[in-house]
Amino acid sequence: MEALKGVSLEIQEGDIVAVLGANGAGKTTLLKVISGLVPIKSGVVRLMGQDLSKYPPHQLASQGITHVPEGRRVFATLTVEENLNIGTWGVRNKLSERQIQETKEWIFTLFPILKQRRKQLAGTLSGGEQQMLAIGRGLIAKPKILLLDEPSLGLAPILVQEIFRVIKKIHEEEKVSILLVEQNARKALAIANYGYILETGKIAIHGPAAELRENEHVKAAYLGGARLQTR
Amino acid sequence: MQLLLEQLTNGLTIGSFYALVAMGYSMVYGVMKLINFAHGDFFTLGSYLGYAILVIGSGWVTRTFGLWGGIVVAILGAMLGLAIGGLLVERVAYRPVYKAGRLPLVVSALGASIFISNGIMAVWGPRFQAYPQTSIPSGTFRLFGEVYMTDIKLVTLIVSLTLMALIYYVVEKTLFGAAVRATALDRETATLMGINFRSIILFVFSVGPALGALAGVFAGLNYSRIIFTMGWGYGLKAFTATIMGGIGNIPGAMIGGILLGLLESLFEGFVSGAWKNVFVFLILIIILIVRPTGLIGEKVAEKV
Repeated sequence: MEALKGVSLEIQEGDIVAVLGANGAGKTTLLKVISGLVPIKSGVVRLMGQDLSKYPPHQLASQGITHVPEGRRVFATLTVEENLNIGTWGVRNKLSERQIQETKEWIFTLFPILKQRRKQLAGTLSGGEQQMLAIGRGLIAKPKILLLDEPSLGLAPILVQEIFRVIKKIHEEEKVSILLVEQNARKALAIANYGYILETGKIAIHGPAAELRENEHVKAAYLGGARLQTR
Repeated sequence: MQLLLEQLTNGLTIGSFYALVAMGYSMVYGVMKLINFAHGDFFTLGSYLGYAILVIGSGWVTRTFGLWGGIVVAILGAMLGLAIGGLLVERVAYRPVYKAGRLPLVVSALGASIFISNGIMAVWGPRFQAYPQTSIPSGTFRLFGEVYMTDIKLVTLIVSLTLMALIYYVVEKTLFGAAVRATALDRETATLMGINFRSIILFVFSVGPALGALAGVFAGLNYSRIIFTMGWGYGLKAFTATIMGGIGNIPGAMIGGILLGLLESLFEGFVSGAWKNVFVFLILIIILIVRPTGLIGEKVAEKV
């Protein structure tokens, strides 16, 4: 089975790039290809010109790519702090103890609730808090690119708001490049610089986010519900 | 009172064997979701390796290193041998069938178990062997009152409990331990964190069998008689201990092992020696019915 075909995608340093599409369009597969979890038949993934295929998946974090998977996937019987520490495993020989502590403090300022609950088991957190933890766990490795898979999935509207606000903040404060896969097209295009629309494994449309917001097809297929709401 | 204390020390001793073997079961199960049926035979093989080291050149090791020095050599030799043996079994019996699913893996584990126990029989023969009396410290000391304890039993307890504490510390308190637990919970996400699954496998398949080997040598030193089939009984009871503590849970395996040893010894001393195995497996059945996740069980239910 081919989930993706002829997909070509580029992220400029320091950009937020949104990948939008319906369920089953191949968004998650695309991220798994980048982080090496799904093998590709042909094609190449490059980071700053360097072919990543020579690295096994567990070495990609040390190359500067971290992947915050769909469904959060926090380690439920590890504490919040252990979850964050595990995020440093791939880069434990590259970052100093001090750098890790500083990043951790920064993550705690982004998500103060994590600091409050750092001794608690991750499985006891609410869905929104688990998402914050999953993002923090990805950030602590100080990635060049952060892959975010459906960070707003299944969250209450107020939390969706909060998550997107923090994603924007992460981008502004640390200049991390972000590849954001989302179903919430409106919110994603609001913070992204550039967007790709995936339809059944192919890129249907791509362009700067501002253009996509005005594109008739995108409006009808992905932003339609939102327009009804505003009336 | 005297009987109670004696049975308590006996129970602690045998319980520490169960606990050491149970930890190996639990580690492998946690990471690979495989019940490693060959694990009881690692215990036997460890015991035979210790025996082989002590009888080589009719007690050369004991003559050279002294009574306790010889025991240290036998223990370290057996543990090292089984760390290598465990990795070898993983390589030839498990790795080729990982992708085939869990059932072929279990069948392969049973095969490995039969292979090892028959291999031991082929090398050392089908009859009981005895650890040489000249290599076992025979001293005893008075615990208090009329309760005596052999030196070797005390050493067994101290070494076993220390090692358990060490493993507990590594698994529960260090970043490496967190990586092992994370891998057990969710292998794919652990990979995304940069954890190499192979190095975790390396850890569980060397440390687990080495702990089994330690228990095996201590069993030989305490009870002297060893036979190639003994891993079956110890393995099953250690497995019961694993279930008691909650499979995949390493502190649970330690507590389960000690508890099972104590219960078994108390039952043997005060009720009936002949029925003790019936009692032990009755406990297993009751736990499986009442609390299948074990006495310690899962720490939290996962929120979705």
